[in-house]
Amino acid sequence: MKVALIGLGSVGKGVAEMIAKKDLGLTITGMADSKSGCMDSSGLDILQVLEKKRKTGTCGDRTITTQDIIERATYDALIEVTPTNALSGEPAIGYIKAALARKKHVVTSNKGPVALAYKELANMAAKKGVMLRYEATVGGAIPIMHTLEHGLCGNEILAIYGVLNGTCNYILTRMAAEGLTYEQALMEAREMGYAEADPTYDVKGIDAAIKLVILANTIWGDGVKLGDVDLTGIDLLTPDALRLAEDEGCTIRLIAEAIPKKHLLRVSPRIIEKNHPLVVEGTLNAITLETDMANEITLIGRGAGSVETASAIIGDLLYIRDHYGKCA
Amino acid sequence: MKADPLFDRCLVQVSMKLEMKDSPGQLVAALKPMSEVGGNIIAVIHQRDPDSTHHTLNVQIVLELPEGRLDKLVSLLKEQDVHIQRIGKERLLYKRTVILIGHLMHTDLSDTVDQIDSTGFAEVSELAMSMPAILERSTSRVTIKAVNRDDMEAALAILRRVAHQKSLLLIEPLAEEII
Repeated sequence: MKVALIGLGSVGKGVAEMIAKKDLGLTITGMADSKSGCMDSSGLDILQVLEKKRKTGTCGDRTITTQDIIERATYDALIEVTPTNALSGEPAIGYIKAALARKKHVVTSNKGPVALAYKELANMAAKKGVMLRYEATVGGAIPIMHTLEHGLCGNEILAIYGVLNGTCNYILTRMAAEGLTYEQALMEAREMGYAEADPTYDVKGIDAAIKLVILANTIWGDGVKLGDVDLTGIDLLTPDALRLAEDEGCTIRLIAEAIPKKHLLRVSPRIIEKNHPLVVEGTLNAITLETDMANEITLIGRGAGSVETASAIIGDLLYIRDHYGKCA
Repeated sequence: MKADPLFDRCLVQVSMKLEMKDSPGQLVAALKPMSEVGGNIIAVIHQRDPDSTHHTLNVQIVLELPEGRLDKLVSLLKEQDVHIQRIGKERLLYKRTVILIGHLMHTDLSDTVDQIDSTGFAEVSELAMSMPAILERSTSRVTIKAVNRDDMEAALAILRRVAHQKSLLLIEPLAEEII
């Protein structure tokens, strides 16, 4: 199957490297970063393009734009891994629409478009007879969407609970383990490369809330938005709070929860038993699904990382290939 | 304090009248299943009937145990050859523990507690507190007791409102109860 890859940050590089390294039957025919692009309908030499990107900072010709790749390259599926804009979703929404308009499948790791324009994009994909898949948007390497769609199909999902932000989980793990203050743990997270210079998006629970919105819309299709989530971050927690929880065999984690029957959509720090399956260490993510037949299912895995995210994206691509054999 | 998850519990308080052989080790054998099901013994009333010719011992026990464990306890007691003469009426007891962070004293902690206590259907039964420095935010762990789930939810709703008004951060336990 021929694919075009737009976005060559950490995730994009991971995807390209894995496609080059593993014999998956995937050929990259177009690649673009923020400044340039390259295409070859018979397949690009991926390692050569990555080497050029590493040496010069651009992957191809500056006269070729991302839009050109989407509109002119020969491909069956577009891999959209450009940076997330949580407020507007652009330019990624435009990219995805342009590919769908050409009746191309789209696989994305970009939370903005899926959280903000899910219905519109999903409807458009259905109308064009192609797939829009976004496994990588929630839980990194955890195959949550595949689990919901296939493994648990036929189940009614009654509730979801998740540890969806690795930065917060790292901070809370360190506060509990070492008695650090929030500020100290945040500083450590920055040094480890787990937190951004401006941590607001993570520590206020916004990132977890966006992922919760994506999950809720996928499961229940109720068109909820970020503004519907009742949001409390972790930035006001004290080491004493963790100690008081610890005294009774518990700890505190930032939990995203959705329970449609209670009209509940909430991200907040919660007291939770230490032996609860959602209590994972460090930057790990975990998701518990409460279902009518399977009862409780918990998935745990790496929530971020270049190759880990590539795993989710490649899973989506191969799923598309296997279910739309004509483009293999 | 026992390291036991105590933040969100529904307990049953029940009294039982037991009859067992009056021989060494029998009382311990009867009490062991109670701890096995996570019960907390509140009272043991030991009556030896001087006129008894059956060489038996009658013991009345009051205990709290997690909801849904009574049947298990009854079968464990039977295995121990303890005869249950009578099981009293079960009384439900809900306890939920939350953590409050903020300027707790400056926002009148006794008023915060009183808002729960004055409902008449729920009360604050435990309070642990840490105040690191005068102007810094303090942290407390508050346990609320109520006799049913609805009362507990109502008490929590009051606490959420008060916490919001007083700019306190309220951390609730994760309760996976959907209905």
